[in-house]
Amino acid sequence: MKIKNPIFTTEDLCAYYGDFMAIKHVTVKIPEKQVTAVMGPSGCGKTTFIRCLNRLHELTPGARITGKIFLRDQDILQMDPIIVRRKVGMVFQRPNPFPTMTIYENVLAGYKLLGIRLPKKEADRIVEEALKKAALWDEVKDVLHRRGTFLSGGQQQRLCIARALAVKPEVLLMDEPTSALDPKATLQIENLIVELKQTVTIIIVTHNMPQAGRISDYTAFFYLGELIEFGPTAEVFTNPKDPRTEEYLTGKFS
Amino acid sequence: MNHAYPARERWRRFKNRFILAAITVLALIPALPLFLILFQLFHKGISSLSLDFFIHLPAPPGESGGGIANAIVGTFIIVGLATLIGVPISILAGIYLSEYGKDTKFAEAVRVCADVLQGVPSIVIGIVAYAWVVRPMGHFSALSGSVALALMMIPVVVRTTEEVLRLVPDILREASLALGVPYWRTVLKVVLPTGMVGVTTGILIAVARIAGETAPLLFTAFGNQFMTLNPLEPMNALPLVIFNYATSPYEDWWQQAWGASIVLVLMVLGLNILSRLLARRIAGER
Amino acid sequence: MFEPKNLYRQIKYDLLFRKLATSMGALVIFLVVATFFTLVYESWPAIKAFGLRFLWNTTWDPVSLEFGALPFLVGTLITSFLALLIATPFALAGAIFLGELAPPKIANPVSFVMELLAGIPSVIYGLWALFYLVPLVRAFELKIGAPPYGLGLFTASLVLAIMILPYALSVARDVIKLVPQDLKEAAYGLGATRWETIRHIVLPYARSGILAGIVLALGRALGETMAVTMVIGNRSAMPQSIWDLANTMASVIANEFTEATEDVHLAALVEIGLLLFVITVVVNLVARIFIVKTKVR
Repeated sequence: MKIKNPIFTTEDLCAYYGDFMAIKHVTVKIPEKQVTAVMGPSGCGKTTFIRCLNRLHELTPGARITGKIFLRDQDILQMDPIIVRRKVGMVFQRPNPFPTMTIYENVLAGYKLLGIRLPKKEADRIVEEALKKAALWDEVKDVLHRRGTFLSGGQQQRLCIARALAVKPEVLLMDEPTSALDPKATLQIENLIVELKQTVTIIIVTHNMPQAGRISDYTAFFYLGELIEFGPTAEVFTNPKDPRTEEYLTGKFS
Repeated sequence: MNHAYPARERWRRFKNRFILAAITVLALIPALPLFLILFQLFHKGISSLSLDFFIHLPAPPGESGGGIANAIVGTFIIVGLATLIGVPISILAGIYLSEYGKDTKFAEAVRVCADVLQGVPSIVIGIVAYAWVVRPMGHFSALSGSVALALMMIPVVVRTTEEVLRLVPDILREASLALGVPYWRTVLKVVLPTGMVGVTTGILIAVARIAGETAPLLFTAFGNQFMTLNPLEPMNALPLVIFNYATSPYEDWWQQAWGASIVLVLMVLGLNILSRLLARRIAGER
Repeated sequence: MFEPKNLYRQIKYDLLFRKLATSMGALVIFLVVATFFTLVYESWPAIKAFGLRFLWNTTWDPVSLEFGALPFLVGTLITSFLALLIATPFALAGAIFLGELAPPKIANPVSFVMELLAGIPSVIYGLWALFYLVPLVRAFELKIGAPPYGLGLFTASLVLAIMILPYALSVARDVIKLVPQDLKEAAYGLGATRWETIRHIVLPYARSGILAGIVLALGRALGETMAVTMVIGNRSAMPQSIWDLANTMASVIANEFTEATEDVHLAALVEIGLLLFVITVVVNLVARIFIVKTKVR
């Protein structure tokens, strides 16, 4: 299968926790401005995989990475993690707005925390744009200076998406972003993801199969740390090549 | 079984009641001296509290009247300076333990040393501050007293800072790091502010503890009958006044010692209550 | 939008900050080590002059410059252990009462007040003891035919007992509260009475924590200065009975340090401080071992 203009290319990527090998020899090309779902049974390494892509993995004591990860043509393992993370944003499983900051400050956190001072007009513009992209603007535009922690779970998660989008990343990693949310909030986020792929590449970990079917263009299937299948979602879902993928899709194991 | 040994059962029940009652009585006895202290403190001291007492300097020995203005000001200066010295060191060391050192051997050594430092008798701290500051300067000074008190403050604030920062959830650290924020800014702008209420509680507890310390000031701040704002000179403090007046032969001074004690107790209790209210607020937020 | 130059500076600061925090951690270690060596250095003239004899010589005479620490070692040990002896039964009873017997409605406010009282500065305990406890003890001494000083070892022990009680109590109460409910329920289920459950389940389970509390209280008693200095009578001779005027290690330093004009006198006082430092460090490390034991379980 040919991927033109991959945004991420990994070559023989392995990730370890101490002696334990969590990701085994993964070589894959991830297409730009598409939604790629990363699936597989719990403990298969899917979260570890995306945490390699913004180099969050190596923060765990004893964790390391071998192999190569290219963002376009730059090897991110040779870059400083801080610069990688400016280009590759992340949204986590549980909404985690900063409890000491207002909604407004949360959106600007990527600038404020780095000590970058923005002119008031510029800041206002970034906040409005990011919140609009995250489909949260209408709900919060009158309470921008209240704490983010007063919002509902779904709103908090969209605030976190806005916060990640505000620094204009090229890729947005999402680690099961709806698993802590109710169905209505989940639906909102799913719609948002489909919108967002116009401007940003999305790589989303999920073990909700219907969700992957609804929103993703490509699917990567992990099993015990190995990437055993990668392809357009429709193809993987209807005609899996690997028997283990089929077993998972038909609910034989989870 | 109950029917087989009725006498034994009765004995067991009697023993239970008797011992529990004895424990309750024993438990209540120590409350007596503690409440007596508070009662007698206010009973004796309340009459010496007047405006003059707060705004006047001490009268010469044997003369009546006079106040403890210089000691009140001195306590604020000495304790404030100690806080200025101790808090930055302690917070950074606490950050080291919770964010960098974690479970390493070196961090464990830091923890053991903090515990040891906390257990060092205050009079010994006084000797050390004397050797480190008074001797090189050639005379007693408020600064040397502040160094001594800072030494007593450091272990308390280090350990509370560590405990509080460890409670800050990792997802907040990751949220910040994932935005490309370097770790040091993550610590200072996300982790520390999130734990700030707890750290403040720790600082208040430590300040309450050192504000009443006398022994480390005996040969550092030393005491001074006059008002001074210069931390490089000997300075008076409330605990020193209480000690010097209580052990003096003048009845008038004894009276002033009681008055100074009320002021000191109110300060210390106030800080303690404030810290507890703050602590309760954190517990409520969780 | 994002500025690489700024970012590269950030990377440098990252390392700097890490070093700064680590060095403050190292400073805590340094302070303890430096305290020890300062005490050794400052007491060196006395160590050289008196050697080990310092520990069992009973003469302390600033005039003839002969210094032995035994009277103060004895004074400290007697007051501390006597205080512990007096305080422990009450502390234990109080801990059982607050941790196990009393309903939270009573236990919580009582604990709160107790912890506040534990924060009262020791100089105020001393003041109170000087004016209220000393006359009481004097009356008692008259009754039993002891020398009626009012001041002395016994009075100092009493004040110490009052001071360390809340301390020992709150540590013991905390561990008693940690005893799992299901263990206690198992005992009740077997028909044990409340006391039998406390005796055979709660106390054995909480043993190392209670011991830690007692040892920590001992550490405090050993180093307590002001209250003791104010009521012990400050006599630098071997005490013959608990009614005698005496000095503890801490009180002799407090009394004589600023008046010592001879170098060797000052050095002898610092050496007593060194002894006190070593003793309290050992005591606190022992308490730490007990605490670690409690936490492991």
